[in-house]
Amino acid sequence: MTDIIGYILITIGILFDIFGCIGLVRFPDVYNRLQASTKCVTLGTIFLLIGVALVSATGAIGAKSIVCAVFILITSPTAAHAIAKGAYASGVKLWENSVVDKYGEDTSKLPKSNSASE
Amino acid sequence: MRRSIYLILSFIVWILLTWPFVDGNIDWQVVVAGIVASAIVATIFHDILPKEHHIFISPIRIFWFLVYIPVFFYYVIKANFDVVYRALHPQMPIKPGIVKIKTNLKSESGITALANSITLTPGTLTVDITDDGYLYIHWINVKTDNIEQATKIISERFEWFIKKIFE
Repeated sequence: MTDIIGYILITIGILFDIFGCIGLVRFPDVYNRLQASTKCVTLGTIFLLIGVALVSATGAIGAKSIVCAVFILITSPTAAHAIAKGAYASGVKLWENSVVDKYGEDTSKLPKSNSASE
Repeated sequence: MRRSIYLILSFIVWILLTWPFVDGNIDWQVVVAGIVASAIVATIFHDILPKEHHIFISPIRIFWFLVYIPVFFYYVIKANFDVVYRALHPQMPIKPGIVKIKTNLKSESGITALANSITLTPGTLTVDITDDGYLYIHWINVKTDNIEQATKIISERFEWFIKKIFE
């Protein structure tokens, strides 16, 4: 029974990973692509690892995959945050149809300009 | 105090990674090596690990953390269906932009947890944090650019839990 649940979870995880990759290709700019890759790939990989833990059912592999899932849950959003901030600091523009950019308004008020790097 | 808490935590991670329980026996070599390694880690790195170490031994905070896990996963799964819908829809119904929200959290771990929760939940991604408690959020479907309303929609549902856990 746990085998079947594990395989279902692995399938769901792979599907979410695929959808995340489709979003990565289709979305127009860096920030929207980060949204797709962070959310879908994090949840997909966690489902995969929990599925592996259920299918293997032996302590060693199960414990390792749960530890990996926890680390991915902590590090993946932090990495996305660092990429978004780095992209903005190096002058990557938002998509042209974006409606509002408070960050650009607030940072351009500062004396030091970010546009020098481009 | 702080060092012993981090010693125990890193020892738990060591046990989970190496799993010394072979055929019902315990491999004592691995356990002793783990104690030595955890002691080294706790001594060298206790300065850069989270400063709010009392969280790990307070039963009330752990209880609220356990309550927070299912709530968080509900929003993560909702976020995923939202992104999948936007990625697969032929017209791509997105309206992106960067908005500003305010948080009342003070502790470093609390703000980190809030920023990570926001990143993993529907349509929002933390871009930057200022020292006076403002967060810049990239929102895939901007509903409002007003600070109070955006705070209400994006962060209020997590802030209540995170205040209970980290502050």
